[in-house]
Amino acid sequence: MAKHALRATGVTQKFGSFTALRNVSFELEEGEVHCLAGENGCGKSTLIKVINGVNIPEPGAQISFHHDPAAARVFPHDAKRHGVHVIWQDLALFPDLSVAENICFDRFVAQPFGGRNQAASRQMAEEVIARIGIRLDPDARLGDLSIAKRQLVAICRVLAANARIIFMDEPTASLTRKETQALLDIVRKLSSEGISIVFVSHRLAEVLDVCSRVTVLKDGSLVGTYPTKGMTQKRLSELMTGMELSEQQRQPKTFTDTVLELRNLSRPGEYEDISFSLHKGEILGITGLMGSGRTELALSLFGMTRPAGGEIVLEGKPVRFASNHEAIDAGIAYVSEDRLNLGLDQTQSIVKNTAATVLDDLAEPTFWLSPSRVRALCDHWIDQLKTKVSNPELPVNSLSGGNQQRIVLAKWLATNPKVLILDAPTVGVDVGAKAGIFRIARDLAEQGMAIILITDEASEVHAHADRVLILREGRIREELSPHDIEEEALEGLINA
Amino acid sequence: MRATLSTWSGDRIELSAMVLFLFASIALFGILAPQFLSGGIFRSIAFQLPELGLLTLAMFIPIIAGGLNLAVTFTANICALAAAFFVKSFMMEAGITALPVALLIGMGTGFLIGVATGAMVAYVGAHPILVTLGAMIFLRGLGELLTRGGDISGLPDSFKTLGHESILGVPIPMLVFLLAVAVCLYIMQFTKLGFRIHMVGSNPKAALYSGINVNRVLVWVYGLSGAFAGLAGIIMLARFNSVRIGHGESYLLITILACFLAGANPFGGFGRVLPLAVGLMSLQVIASGMNLMGASQHLATAAWGGFLILVMILRAPFQSKR
Amino acid sequence: MPKMLASPEGVLSALILALCILLSFATDSFLSLQNLFDLLNNQSVNIIFAVGLVVVLIAGGIDISFSVAASVVQYVTVVLLMQLGGGNWALGLLLAGATGIALGLVNALFIHRFRIVSIIVTIGTFNVFFGLLMYLSRGRSLYGIPDWLYDRITILSIPMERGSATLYLPVLAMLVMVAATWFILSKTGLGRQIYGFGSNPDAARRSGISIAWIQAFAYGWLGLCAGIAGLMQAHIVREVVPNALYGRELDILAAVVLGGTVLGGGRGTVLGAVLGVVLLALIQNGLNLLGITPFAFKMIVGAVILIAITASNADRLLPEVLKSRKEA
Repeated sequence: MAKHALRATGVTQKFGSFTALRNVSFELEEGEVHCLAGENGCGKSTLIKVINGVNIPEPGAQISFHHDPAAARVFPHDAKRHGVHVIWQDLALFPDLSVAENICFDRFVAQPFGGRNQAASRQMAEEVIARIGIRLDPDARLGDLSIAKRQLVAICRVLAANARIIFMDEPTASLTRKETQALLDIVRKLSSEGISIVFVSHRLAEVLDVCSRVTVLKDGSLVGTYPTKGMTQKRLSELMTGMELSEQQRQPKTFTDTVLELRNLSRPGEYEDISFSLHKGEILGITGLMGSGRTELALSLFGMTRPAGGEIVLEGKPVRFASNHEAIDAGIAYVSEDRLNLGLDQTQSIVKNTAATVLDDLAEPTFWLSPSRVRALCDHWIDQLKTKVSNPELPVNSLSGGNQQRIVLAKWLATNPKVLILDAPTVGVDVGAKAGIFRIARDLAEQGMAIILITDEASEVHAHADRVLILREGRIREELSPHDIEEEALEGLINA
Repeated sequence: MRATLSTWSGDRIELSAMVLFLFASIALFGILAPQFLSGGIFRSIAFQLPELGLLTLAMFIPIIAGGLNLAVTFTANICALAAAFFVKSFMMEAGITALPVALLIGMGTGFLIGVATGAMVAYVGAHPILVTLGAMIFLRGLGELLTRGGDISGLPDSFKTLGHESILGVPIPMLVFLLAVAVCLYIMQFTKLGFRIHMVGSNPKAALYSGINVNRVLVWVYGLSGAFAGLAGIIMLARFNSVRIGHGESYLLITILACFLAGANPFGGFGRVLPLAVGLMSLQVIASGMNLMGASQHLATAAWGGFLILVMILRAPFQSKR
Repeated sequence: MPKMLASPEGVLSALILALCILLSFATDSFLSLQNLFDLLNNQSVNIIFAVGLVVVLIAGGIDISFSVAASVVQYVTVVLLMQLGGGNWALGLLLAGATGIALGLVNALFIHRFRIVSIIVTIGTFNVFFGLLMYLSRGRSLYGIPDWLYDRITILSIPMERGSATLYLPVLAMLVMVAATWFILSKTGLGRQIYGFGSNPDAARRSGISIAWIQAFAYGWLGLCAGIAGLMQAHIVREVVPNALYGRELDILAAVVLGGTVLGGGRGTVLGAVLGVVLLALIQNGLNLLGITPFAFKMIVGAVILIAITASNADRLLPEVLKSRKEA
């Protein structure tokens, strides 16, 4: 029986009339890698905040660390004493400071009047970096590093502060598979040193094999804690959403009307020699790891970047886009992978976001932009896509991830596109809402739209695409039909 | 604040608050100084407000676009200078036709200066505060060089009409200001350009990905700002019958103050024209009222600053914590 | 070494050096000790302002009110001293420093306690400070200032063929403030906290930094600098003119940003701020010695700033537009 690092029972947290956590239990062994799973808003973050002492739970909770007696709450200094650290998704690092300074930042906080002592910070940083066996330049400016490297800096930082229990919030969300594997190796190493690690995620395939147990929360309640042995992605999704997800593959069909054709499209350093054709009513899956050139290719199709060689042929005519404005006019729509920053203007209203792409049409034939016409457009699409909106004049960030993505779709469907590019359309969208997004995509294809689905989730292309292109290092390596291959085999090809 | 402001009701609250503020200040001075409620004071307000008001419109548009135009006052001076040079050289005997020509030259010069500034903000990509600060110092220097620090005066009498006459009891400068408010309102709320300015102001990257030509919008923003500043310059020229570089310099920070007072978001994207116009009138009422009671313009300036901070404190509870 | 040259400080140093060489050949008087000492005497006040402002900018804020705050400090200090019968340097510095810090803390209070954006707060306090000062002083200058403040204090005098080259007290004050600011920013944990806070305020908050203390320090330190600069300015001009420093804030801001400090926080150095002020001063001095009409000075300075902005951004066009805006 391993010693427990943390044992919490009966944790309840109320915010006014809203119950964020209802009688939740959570247990963590020393050196264990544990997965805390649940959809957005299920109470994962609230539980972490109770454990690191930020939130005070309702009376009745019993929380104990290691051998300490249980207490009804955690004080921040207790959490610190037991080495509880959280690496939030945004990492909370300082882009303008050096790597070493980021790693040692907590020392500067503890001793504002102590000297900065560059040599000591550097040495401390180097020791931690060596401990987890990675290559990092302690003098580099953090802002110049990739996300993956910053993730490592964040880990070094908590290790430098003697972490014993580390919560990692969506650590793999913006990493490529290779980077994820490297991260998991480090996690295994830390676990063997007796450090307990909790992955908090709603995208779990890649972490399941490193975790020994998974705890699932749903709507603030504990669903259960399960061993990961034998746990599948599908079963986990069902536990998280409480519904059976059965994705029907698309019926095999032959498509004839070519809408878009790429001939030897190249852009050095991004993608090479890409040729394919896309037909009316077809959903073409383009998959590959982050950095394989999938998004870069999409940006060229959308007119954001200029290909260096090759040809784009749209409905039989060669096109060259000087800007994305021209691409939109030509009938290309692009749902960005970064919904929070690029897909939507989070602070502006739902109405404004919906209308932003079609201002010229709305203002025809003058400059006059009639507010009622703008509103009618928005109402139309809210209705069409069955979006849950209480008031379209509210900022778009008042909506859930799934409904936000519907607004993104609305603003692009309003342009009446011929080709719709969906780049990672389900990032940050709950499992339940994902199905809704794909239902819309399938309906659109049914009506004759040509759709490019870019994703690195094998299950998504396997279920929803008619044809799959696998990109690796900027080139098309495989072209296959999802009917001819099992999902696991497809996953293997993506990661190869 | 963004959450509240961007809703319809939020806009109404902002406008009602400003109207309430206006009536409260009129009532206050009406009680403190009985002679305040005579017609004369409103006439004097109507003559004084337009300069500050037009400059504030010139500041407002860049603020909505997420920037700032620190060059508005000196742009106004340069535009007035350009118009004055032209009229004095070619149109001394042209009578009333000199006015539209001067307006055209003034606003055109302002537009060009603004377009140059906007191009720097857009294509060079430096922070707008920096670019317009550089432009401000440059324009002031240009004006000093052209005037050798002196005045340019002695314009035709028709300029006096523009600066000092009234139509139906309303001073002409005030009519010009109201017209400018209407134009600004139209552009900002009811045109594609205005829509785009709001989108670019709150998130330029998302605007770009929606197919909005962000750089072109920015050039327009500063171009419009320059044109409004040019109009302000012509009104000042008509009011004083002279141009001096530095005229209206002290208005610069007041224009920013007025925009924030009326609820414009300092990070761009949100703010309405009508609360701004009403807010400006309140500021002028305070200044004129204090003046009537024997306090100097400086005390009014202090009161304006105090009001800004007070209003922001009152507004704070409605702001979402970002 | 190449890294050093590519930094704003490196570029500015190179420019300053080139300008110095150019001016020493083009004019007789530039390289004279008298001219250089005069330059230092005249720019000390600006440099003190600049190193104070750089702290606020690095912490992610902006302050418009500091130069009128310095005028308030001058006035208050001199009036109080005259009522106390004159006082002395110790008392003068104490009073000036305390008043300056108090005015800075007023800004910090509104920014921190009421969460108002710094530019709004300081535009508000700018108007309050200046309006009240002009109202209460009725715009009158104070010519009667204490003797110790009136008599210039020489810290170094080198006899020359004609007269002598002299450095006055403000240069010493400037050196002290520059050294102190540099020490705090680059050599202490507090300095790292300030950079960290400006770089990512949210992360700083979560790592347990006292935000109130950082804000109070940044605006208080600028207040202190403004106080000392105000007193030194009175010492140099031997009178107190309430609107003498009005409008100086934007010139200082331009110089500091020229020195590589980024609006939005996290980046900037004391050295860069000093070099920014020095470069602009050298240009004006050079134009003067070259006999160019003073009416053209501002235009040339403005052009230099615009060119510098363009040059420093030339390599990163559009994406940077968006980035700088987001940071702001």
